[in-house]
Formats: sequence, structure tokens, C-alpha cells
Amino acid sequence: MQNRQTGTLGPYFDSNDLLFGRRRFELEQRVVEETESTRVKRVTVSIEVSNLLKLNLIDQIFLSFLACPKREFFFFFYHLAKVKGAQQVCSCIPTMNRLLATKAGSNVYRLRIPWRPFSNDAASLISSPNAGNPETGSEAQQYDIAIVGGGMVGLAFACSLASKPLTKHLNVAIVDSNPALGRKHFIKKDDLPDPRVSTITPASISFLKDIGAWRFVEQHRHAYFDKMQVWDYTGLSYAKYNARDADKEVLGCVVENKVLLSSLLSHAQDTDLLKKIYPSRLTSMSILPNSSSSEVGSTLSMTALFTRGRLAKLELEDGNSLYAKLVVGADGGKSRVRELAGIRTTGWNYAQNAIICTVEHALENHCAWQRFLPSGPLALLPIGDKFSNIVWTMTPEESSEYKSMTEDDFLKAVNHALDYGYGPHPTSSILGSSDLFSWFKGGISSSTSDCFEVPPKAVKLASERMAFPLSLRHANDYASKRVALIGDAAHTVHPLAGQGVNLGFGDASSLSSVISEGVAVGTDIGEVSLLKKYEADRKPANVTMMAVLDGFQKAYSVDFGPLNILRAAAFHGAHHISPLKKSIISYASGELRLPLFA
Amino acid sequence: MASSKLLSQPRWHRLLRRNLPNARLFSGLPTQHPGSVPEPQNHGEPKSKNKFKTASSTPSSLKEAELAKFAAISDTWWDSEGPFKPLHNMNPTRLAFIRSTLCRHFRKDPLSARPFEGLRIIDVGCGGGILSEPLARMGAIVTGIDAVEKNIRIARLHANMDPTTSNIEYCCTTAEKLVDEQRKFDAVIALEVIEHVADSAEFCKSLSALTAHEGATVVSTLNRSMRSYAAAIVAAEYLLHWLPKGTHQWSSFLTPEELTMILKRASINVKEMAGFVFNPITGRWSLSDDISVNYIAFGTKETNNEE
Repeated sequence: MQNRQTGTLGPYFDSNDLLFGRRRFELEQRVVEETESTRVKRVTVSIEVSNLLKLNLIDQIFLSFLACPKREFFFFFYHLAKVKGAQQVCSCIPTMNRLLATKAGSNVYRLRIPWRPFSNDAASLISSPNAGNPETGSEAQQYDIAIVGGGMVGLAFACSLASKPLTKHLNVAIVDSNPALGRKHFIKKDDLPDPRVSTITPASISFLKDIGAWRFVEQHRHAYFDKMQVWDYTGLSYAKYNARDADKEVLGCVVENKVLLSSLLSHAQDTDLLKKIYPSRLTSMSILPNSSSSEVGSTLSMTALFTRGRLAKLELEDGNSLYAKLVVGADGGKSRVRELAGIRTTGWNYAQNAIICTVEHALENHCAWQRFLPSGPLALLPIGDKFSNIVWTMTPEESSEYKSMTEDDFLKAVNHALDYGYGPHPTSSILGSSDLFSWFKGGISSSTSDCFEVPPKAVKLASERMAFPLSLRHANDYASKRVALIGDAAHTVHPLAGQGVNLGFGDASSLSSVISEGVAVGTDIGEVSLLKKYEADRKPANVTMMAVLDGFQKAYSVDFGPLNILRAAAFHGAHHISPLKKSIISYASGELRLPLFA
Repeated sequence: MASSKLLSQPRWHRLLRRNLPNARLFSGLPTQHPGSVPEPQNHGEPKSKNKFKTASSTPSSLKEAELAKFAAISDTWWDSEGPFKPLHNMNPTRLAFIRSTLCRHFRKDPLSARPFEGLRIIDVGCGGGILSEPLARMGAIVTGIDAVEKNIRIARLHANMDPTTSNIEYCCTTAEKLVDEQRKFDAVIALEVIEHVADSAEFCKSLSALTAHEGATVVSTLNRSMRSYAAAIVAAEYLLHWLPKGTHQWSSFLTPEELTMILKRASINVKEMAGFVFNPITGRWSLSDDISVNYIAFGTKETNNEE
């Protein structure tokens, strides 16, 4: 089976949809062979003809470099000459069809790399016209902050604004087409657990407690866990973490997403923050550059303020429109706000899908289990009431296979994968007994003496299996004029360490602090200089976490003898060296901003 | 004594020309002086006397063409990445000090979003209104004065863009003229002005006369020390090009002790003083106890039975 990959190749390209027509200049068709499977991927480096003329020298060099087959850099000058020649031709002929760099006898699977044109003028990114009749919408209202996306991070941001004295008077609009936001309680106690769950780190728990939403979470199903066991398929070593190693009570809490959402919504509705929920989708957003008025001493209407660049105008699918001083994009990985603001992203798709489902055990489970298998990690997280959540990362073909097999087969596969599947149980370390590391033990670390345990067997499948593709994405800027991005709109990570929504909560907390400081000194909250403070606060921490997670993902995607032993040694070290274990736990709990800098 | 020294606008202009012979001061259109960097200070000076003579202070007499011209250049003052970037960077720090001291003095709630409701504040040497607008957003009734007509026009145009700041009253006058008009304000703020004034004692007396009974005065300036020479003259003007060369005369800087003394003679008791330090790594200013370069002083007017 051959895949159609739409991926990215580094910081100059991203795989968002094309804005212009599909006239492309193909530079080269590279052949990339995979060693393990029989797949052969052919990669075409191509760019828009309309963008070809905008390439400066460095971009030309980079493009030519990308197009070179492995280790044959002789072709570099060839491709550079081709690019320059094409530019000459393009500049002479205004309308140009594709110039194909013809290679004989190859099936081309185009790796499309649409190059977003450099557009400084945000006002030009007005997208498709309103779906509805413009007259059906009611009169536009003005808000201080418009939060686009009422998910966990968006609502947490609204609650955080409500909890601070300087910002609780702000007028907030929440734009989200999810009908659940209109209802107050949409969770029944006897519901089966939803497979979409999140692991909340202690730092996020304290943030949610500060904003006052955590008490609602505790009324529903949630599961604190204080133990964690991580091992891999080679059976060479394992690591057990206990919250007591870092002098804590819990390592985290696993909560279903819908529980978090309803708790945040209930709390948001309880506070006296002025808010209005728009149950619609955002279609377009426009922000004009600053200009001054020649009128003197007159009060300006909202449209006049908008034309002078003091307000952003948002148009919704149901025809409503609203004005806001600041637009906060909390609308997830495929953020519309980010797209409309023209903020580019860097990232790549992992060749992995994740299958999530809920299983039931015979006994309660209070430990988080994660086993790294050859194609990806399999995680078993307790949700409470004898239920556990499974996150199984695997290749896309395997994921469609596992999704479609029968429930019994799937359960057998899960139990097998957690037990003897793919490799033996790790006993003690291959490097001998733990006395070797005895002088590393800082304090009393009780979990080093814990033996390897086999996870509890899954008895029943309690929900349907869902699969979704994984990718890494990071917005190049978190803020531009009158726009700020938080949560998945700014960064998407691999779920292997359960950090995604926690980074989002960190963003929400930081942005609300920055806005509060801005209101304290009378700044206009949409000013870029203020929003850049938020970016400077969160970007290093987010990028570091993403790098760590990506490093893990890459380290585990290769099955190579010496690398396996290296990984085992790393496990062993993490298990026995207490200060390292403590700092790993602290970093994963969100207390350390950057790893290893205590 | 004070009455004989009452001088109108040309005094500042005349004396400043003597003090700063080589100054290329902010006088208006960047197109006239393509190489110069407009000084990021609140106070600027025109180059020629003619500007003052033809200046008019009421906005309604301005011609349309002139308005359009000013509208085009007003962005430079307010372009936070432009030549006034250091001033924009320093602004939140100054406002934090003003906010905390004034809230404490007038017993306003510091956690309220508009703590200065009902306070009349005057910003002496407001320039483009960089300080006046945040003060208005904090709820104050702000009057901004500047001796340069162009600055007032720019400030007026920008303030009209936001409904919360469109109530600021901008006048092209001097502090002495307002004293003649017998106006009083709850708080008088003169940031980065006093080092450009010829007679600082007289200026302080005017500030004091503008302050209402039990009002507050906030003055910020540069210290006269070796460090400030290195930082504000050598580094800011010659190395980093933050200010045009000759903006400041080191000899006209005031040490904190001198400032306290002349304010005391003008019956203002300095209660608090803080310094600004610049962190070159993060590019941010912060308040600190280090008053050796930039410092800001907060004083209150005490009732003096002899005056």
C-alpha cells in the first residue's frame, strides 16, 4: 500500500491548504527508500509558480539542497540553475503552466509543499464570503476579548480572566459551534467513560484550583495516580516512578475531556464575567492597519474604529459579526484564527496514528503504564471506577487493522502487547544488580526497589475505538496585531507524555497574567508589544517540551541494537539515579519550566 | 520675583538653543531631516522661531492639508518599533510607579481597572501623548501640554482613535501660562522634562503652583553621575543611537538630592523615589532602587502657611 503523504520538510514549508491556484514548478523527484518495509516513497519538491519569483538567494539554495538525492550534492548546482532559469522564464511569461522536470519511468507521489506567500497585509486575508445572508445577523457588538474556540483551553482562559481582579470586568465573547456549550450539565453520572481523556499535571491542577474550576472536576469521574511504570519491548530495562520520589502525593490526574469541559463551563457561567457564547463558526476575520482620523473630538462608531485599526472584525457562519479589541485563537490544531492571521507554522506529520479506547479491569488500577513497542508506545491510564484509557500509537495501516478487528481480538492484542508481546519482561538490569548505582542514590527513593509488575488485564472494551493521526506543529509566532494564539492553535505535540493540554493551560495562565498587567498600566490590550511579552514567556518552555517529546519519539522509532542498549541504559539510569528521577518527575509535572535547570 | 521672570514660550526656545547648539531636535516631518532620529523624549523643540509665531493652538483653525500631513507622520511617534521604541519600552515601567504611588496617596483601590476615576491629572511635556493615553484609560481626566504645536496635533489625532482617550484635553502652552490661568490639578506629572528646562527651580515652582492642595507631583529625570554620562550620553546617543546627539546636556542633569531640594523649596516634599534599570538581554525596563541613571520622584504638596 502506498501512502499519500502531505508533510512538511522543515521551516520553510508548511502543509496548510493552498491559497492560490495549483500551478506548480516541480524541481525534483527524489526517491526515499524505507529499509524495513517495502515501501518506496518518491518525493517531489515543488513550489508555486507564483511564489517562484519571490525566492531570494538563500531560499533558492535551500530548495536546491532539498531536491538533491541522498549524498549526491553534485546535483545541487543543477537544481540551482534550474530554479534560476525558471525564474527567468516566469518573469517573462505572465501565465505559466507547469514546467515539469521530467524523469522517465517513475510513479510520482507528490509531496506537496505549498508555500504560503509572504503576506504582511493581514487585511488581505479575507476568506470565503459568508455562508448566510449578511442581513440575517443582528447588529454587531463590541467586545474586549473574543475567544475563538470554547474548548478546554479557551474556557480555562475565560475562567482565568474572571478570577483576576483587573480583568474580570472585561467583556468577553466565546465563539464555538459546539452545541454542548449552550447546555449547563451534559454529563450524567452513569455514562461510560469517553475515550478522549487528558492527563492533568500537578501544575495544571493548581492552576485549575486557582481559577476555581477544579472543585467541579472532583464531582465527576477522575483518577489521581501516583505510580508510573515505563518499559520497552526489548526487555532490557524498565523504570518505575513514584510520586514520593519527588516528595509529592500524585503524579497527575487523568480526567475525561468532557468532564473538564463541563467543569470549566459551569464555573465560567458561575462567575460574573460578562460573556456571550456565539454558537457558530468563524468564517472571516479582518484587522486593518493603524491609521489616524482627521476628525477632532468626535466619538467614533465601531465601524470607524475598525477602519482605523483599533478593533478586529469577526464574521461568523450564521451571519453575525462582532468587533473585538483582541482575538484569542484557542481553536485547536487546525486553527482558523491562525490561518486568517497569516501566522505560519513549522512542523511535520509523524507516520503514526493513535488509537484510543476505554477498557475495563477486574480490579482498580492506580498506576499509569507505558510500554514502548516497535511502532509506537502503548499507554494504559487509569480513569477511575476500574476503567482505564488506552492510547496506542502505531502505523496507519496497523491502526486501520486494529480499529476494524473484533472486540475480543483487540482485547487479546492489547493484553498481549502489555505482557509478553514483542519481547520479554524486563527483570533486573542487564548491567548487573543495582549496587552499581548505589552511590547515585541521593535520598531514600523507594521506587528503585520496586520490581517490575505486569499491568492488569483488560477484561472488557467499554467504548468504541477512535483513531487519529499524530503530528507536531508549532506556530512561528504566538501573537500578531490584535491576535494571540493559545493551546493547540499554537502548538501540537505527540501524546506520549500527556503534555498537550497542560502546555495549553500554561498558555492560558500566562496570557491572562500579561493582559492583567497591561490593563494595570492602561495599555490597549491588542497591542503587539504586550502580546509579545506572552510569547516571550511561553515560547521557550513550549519549544523545549516539544523538542524533548520529539526526541523521545524519534529515539523510539528506530530498532537498532546499540541504540536499544543505550535506551535501556537511559531507563536504568532514570530508574536508579534519584536526583535524575526527581527532576524528570518535576519537569513532567509542570513545575520546572526547562528540564534539568532546577 | 516670580512675576518678573514670567516669560512666554520663546523663553524655552531661546534658552534651549543656547544650551544645545548642535541639537537636531524633533521638529516635525521626517522628510525634512532624513538622517535624524527624532528624540524619544516627551519634550521637543522646533528649529526656528517662525514655527512659534505661526503656531495656532485651536484645532478648528487648522487647514485640511495640514491635518492630512500630520496624520501621515503621527504614526512615527506611535510606531512602537520606530524611533520612539525606547520610550515605548520604558512607558509601562513609569506607569507602574505612577499607579502605585498615586493609588496609595489618594487611597484608591489598586486592583480596580480604572483607579484614577475623578482625578485631574496634567501631563507636562506630553509629546505625542504616550503617557497621557494610558492615564486616561485608567480613568483620569487628563490634560496634556507641550510647547511644540506639532506634538499636540499628533497627540490629538492619536487620542481620537480610541473612545476611552478621546476626552484628553491637549493644549499647546507652558506650565507658567497655566499658572497664570490659575488652574489646579490633583496630580502634576512632568517626566523627562526638567533636564531640558533652563531654570529648574522656576519650573518646579510652576509645577507646585499647578498642584492642588494635598495633590501629588511626579518628576522623572536623569541623574548627574558618571554612570549616567556613560549610559545616557555615550551609549544612548553615540553607540546605540537611541537619541539624536546633543539631546541631553550632562551638566543640566539633576542629582536626586538637588531635585529634592528644589522641590522642597517649591513646597513639595518628595516621599518616594525609584530608579529605572534596563536589562539589555530581555530588552525590558524595570523599577529598582538604583537611581544612578534614570530616576523618578513622587512628592506631595504640603500646605505652607507662609506662601
